[in-house]
Amino acid sequence: MKKLISCLCALAIVFLTVAPLTAVASAKDYSHLRGTEINVYNWGEYISDGAEGTMDVNKKFEEETGIKVNYTTYDTNENMYNKIKGGGANYDIIIPSDYMIQRMLEEEMLEKINFDNIPNYSNIMDEYKDLYFDPTNEYSVPYNVGMVGLIYNTKLVTETPDSWGVMWDEKYSGQILMFNNPRDAFGITQCYLGIDLNTSDSNDWHRAYDKLKEQKPLVSSYVMDDVFNKMESGEAAMCAYYAGDYLSMKENNPDLSFVYPKEGTNIFVDSVCIPVGCQNKEGAELYINFLLREDVALANAEYICYASPNKAVVNNDEYSLKDEEILYPAPGDMPKTQYYHNLPPELLMLMTSLWDNLKIEGNDDTSIYVGLISFTVIAVGYAVYRTIRKKRRERMY
Amino acid sequence: MKKKSTLAQKLCTSPHIVWSAIFIVVPLIMVVYYAFTDANGAFTFDNITRLGDYTTTFLRSIWYGIVATIICLIIAYPLAYIIAQSKAKVQSTMVMLVMIPMWMNFLLRTYSWMTLLEDNGVINGILEKIGLGPFHMINTSGAVILGMVYNFLPYMILPIYTVMTKLDRSLVEAAQDLGANKIRVLKDVIFPSTLSGVVSGITMVFVPSVSTFYISQKLGGGSFALIGDIIEMQFQVSNNFNFGAALSLVLMVLILICMAVMNKFGDDDESARGGMMI
Repeated sequence: MKKLISCLCALAIVFLTVAPLTAVASAKDYSHLRGTEINVYNWGEYISDGAEGTMDVNKKFEEETGIKVNYTTYDTNENMYNKIKGGGANYDIIIPSDYMIQRMLEEEMLEKINFDNIPNYSNIMDEYKDLYFDPTNEYSVPYNVGMVGLIYNTKLVTETPDSWGVMWDEKYSGQILMFNNPRDAFGITQCYLGIDLNTSDSNDWHRAYDKLKEQKPLVSSYVMDDVFNKMESGEAAMCAYYAGDYLSMKENNPDLSFVYPKEGTNIFVDSVCIPVGCQNKEGAELYINFLLREDVALANAEYICYASPNKAVVNNDEYSLKDEEILYPAPGDMPKTQYYHNLPPELLMLMTSLWDNLKIEGNDDTSIYVGLISFTVIAVGYAVYRTIRKKRRERMY
Repeated sequence: MKKKSTLAQKLCTSPHIVWSAIFIVVPLIMVVYYAFTDANGAFTFDNITRLGDYTTTFLRSIWYGIVATIICLIIAYPLAYIIAQSKAKVQSTMVMLVMIPMWMNFLLRTYSWMTLLEDNGVINGILEKIGLGPFHMINTSGAVILGMVYNFLPYMILPIYTVMTKLDRSLVEAAQDLGANKIRVLKDVIFPSTLSGVVSGITMVFVPSVSTFYISQKLGGGSFALIGDIIEMQFQVSNNFNFGAALSLVLMVLILICMAVMNKFGDDDESARGGMMI
């Protein structure tokens, strides 16, 4: 009996190892990873997921390698950072943006990647190597590139805006959407005012805050992903958002238009990293290599609509966004851009408390006080009346 | 004589005690610890002194909570009475109708209100068809309070309804026989005997309303923050757990005070009535 089982096992192993070898056309043998798992933590809507006949990247990876992918998503860098910092979960793959990579590297939260396992790294364009947050290219592999721009509805905005100033124009009061995260909201304002995005002068941050406060009465709402809904339905006239997302919105509302304001804007690179505490580093590296492969990267670029740092995609004739000027502006049309850098703790603190201040001031402050005071007066009055009545009754009985 | 608990009883209650200790008492201690320390773990009062800047936010949260609770009470009380008065079959259907929306996810329900209230939304679309001008409803404090009322109304209806069903009809009849008019019956018989339901309903609506954060972001447009939003931001964006803990601590204390005042009202009344009835 024992023999039979071991025979079956051996057979199974032969079967399992032969199958992936035919699929993964790489020099190295990774069959020992079959049956393991990797935990991938990515932005929402940031991978081709098989919807509408696209490639399901995670499923394909599982089929080819036999490594199970546990996929979860986050919606801000800070959210992801807090989760990892808190130590609540182990991830093998994360995709932070530039400034967050810088911060995580400073805090020694990232593992060195073994590039021997990632031959497809040669697909990455040279201009996205040696970036400031990872000067030695040891910790990160660029995944997507993007810029922030102004999206507006041509039915509601008759002029052709070329400046962030239009977001401060009283004509559009109640129709402006603003970022609901401090870094991007301050970023736009700093661009508009001509302040360095990473300024260490607290006066600059206060100036930007004043400008944001000036804008607040005009803002319809502060949004992140709700922006899709509101711009597509024509609920709002304009917003600042990521260029790639404009292309997704335009598919649903052809009235939308896009511009990179002349004052300049923020450019970002989201890169794949392996955090410290990962359980399956080799599996993670295999996954990174898989993401860089031509067909997978192409499927992702088509699905996400962000600019790709992958040569094999950009030079591919099948790539439908290849000539999209918003993603790949001609060298002469390239807007002025700046990266976000990680801010020192005291500036981060300043920024978030200014942001809190912006948010806590309502337009109905007096009515709150009036309401609360009258409520208290009524309540106290009622209590006094009751005690008096009670005493009177006690006397009666 | 005080009964001594047997070993079996102790064994039965211990899982519950251990559970409460780990998941209620320890987290509370941690909140207090974080509230009085800085990022490096040193003792500090800074978190508490910083709270002064957020007075308006605290007051706004409490005010919205009060308004939402009052509206809930005004809607829920007659409704609970009507449900409790109807036939058994109708009763179960109506209770079901109250409960069904609660089976749907809270976030989804709030999100759909966004679509309803928008300037180009469903409600304005209908209003325009019948000739009433479009109203600006989304991103106002009214929309936020509406969201609170809608989401927490069942928590007001159900406890009041439960007490109503236990209402002794003979008391009402006795009052009527003794010549009390309808208002008198409601004021002096029905309301006092259902007060316990009202008090627990108020607690169950007021507490989540005060500390809510999602509703104000979606229906209020994020332009005026409630205290729940600020707390959420400390944990999700600012990574300032200590200040977040201080805010939560003060919010807890405020709610406790409000509840204590509330219960004072409830207790007073019941004891007075009880005394009178005897």
